Amino acid sequence: MSELRFTVEHEWLRQDADGLVTVGITAYAQDALGDVVFVQLPELQTYAQGDEVAVLESVKAASNITMPLDGEVVETNAALEGAPEQVNADPLGQGWFFRFRPADASALDGLLDQAAYERLLNANADA
Amino acid sequence: MTTETLAKTPLHALHLELGARMVPFAGYDMPVQYPLGVMKEHLHTRDAAGLFDVSHMGQILLRGSDAAAALETLVPVDILDLPVGLQRYALFTDENGGILDDLMVANLGNDTLYLVVNAACKDQDLAHLRQHIGARCEIEALFEARALLALQGPKAVEVLKRLAPEVGAMTFMQVGVIRLLGVDCFVSRSGYTGEDGFEISVPAEHAETLARSLLAEPEVEAIGLGARDSLRLEAGLCLYGHDMSTSTTPIEASLLWAMSKPRRADGVRAGGFPGAARIFAQQQEGVASKRVGLLPQERVPVREGADIVDADGAVIGRVSSGGFGPTLAAPVAMGYLQSSHVALDSEVWAMVRGKRVAMKVAKTPFVPQRYYRG
Repeated sequence: MSELRFTVEHEWLRQDADGLVTVGITAYAQDALGDVVFVQLPELQTYAQGDEVAVLESVKAASNITMPLDGEVVETNAALEGAPEQVNADPLGQGWFFRFRPADASALDGLLDQAAYERLLNANADA
Repeated sequence: MTTETLAKTPLHALHLELGARMVPFAGYDMPVQYPLGVMKEHLHTRDAAGLFDVSHMGQILLRGSDAAAALETLVPVDILDLPVGLQRYALFTDENGGILDDLMVANLGNDTLYLVVNAACKDQDLAHLRQHIGARCEIEALFEARALLALQGPKAVEVLKRLAPEVGAMTFMQVGVIRLLGVDCFVSRSGYTGEDGFEISVPAEHAETLARSLLAEPEVEAIGLGARDSLRLEAGLCLYGHDMSTSTTPIEASLLWAMSKPRRADGVRAGGFPGAARIFAQQQEGVASKRVGLLPQERVPVREGADIVDADGAVIGRVSSGGFGPTLAAPVAMGYLQSSHVALDSEVWAMVRGKRVAMKVAKTPFVPQRYYRG
């Protein structure tokens, strides 16, 4: 498994051996969101960075998941439709949302690495 | 809004100690959930007992021999014949028949009425009372003086009996002055969850001791405002400012049941409250739209503000409250619909992010109310 990258919106990205990138939300994000009761997954299509591609609903509120980079979504985690609680139980594993083919694979390097993401979390905690 | 501008209840420090996530609500810094989380807090309340801090709500005393008659001029509810030791649900109406707030009115005896009003409305309610009936009775706001705790759930009575065995004999909507840990509290057997339970008004300086004592009981968990909302929604109970407001009358809000028979058009003390003429006319002639329960037929929650459309896509209403019901394990909602669509089981559609979600008009409560009626 290659190292994870992160966005400021608390998504994680993992580049897999086949060149596709898997996306989910971090442990911090699922905790902030609370119990997830519904997940609306992306369509299998091309999206631009920042597009709203998925929706997570907790008991109280809905949150948008945005496309972390330009690319084409090629697979979604359909298991979440029947078991949205996986997002809380295993955010970095079974709780993944979708896989996409990035328009520019090197763009991943521009995202936060683990250390930078942890600094972001610490800064939030101090704020 | 920064937290510095927010008011704190007497249990604020306890919430922080318990690890609550705090949010601004009606001008207060309030716990929306504890580490247990909304889902488990909700289920725990239905299974055992939950303790809620609702000290942000407004508590008001009315005193004097004319207090009941005076209050009747502001609510379509029988207060004159409200027995000592009982409380009733009531509504403040305005001149157009709109709802200014909903409240509980308890008769504590000795010509004393005890009111509990919504947090967001309490200053306005107090001004309303002072303006209209201030000359007829003594009005005392207890906003800072008393905290309000709700102990809700099927185990609530077992727990509270350990502090005061006499509460076991109370039935739904009964109220009395009960000594808990040596302190006189106003205790009612009521709540906002659809479950059996109690609301306990306690002097502010004794609130934390009482709360800690209740939380120490094995059946009791602290429950935040998140679960309070999902519990009341499943129980089909209205939330002021969402499911009713000054732009809805009791008839439109499907709250005719809250208007006491003696105060209705054919009652012995018909009318005599603000907006009576319009409300009676609506009762006779019907209303263009009214509040109904709605069960989304898919798993996606349908939230407040979603448009409701008919089979042709024409907008016929709006969702006023909606979310996920943990006990039903399904989304639940209520909303206002054109009267032509309000029959039970009518199929309508909510617009959620541009997509239609089928919903059925449904009976409320969505989960059976389990009040203790003796």
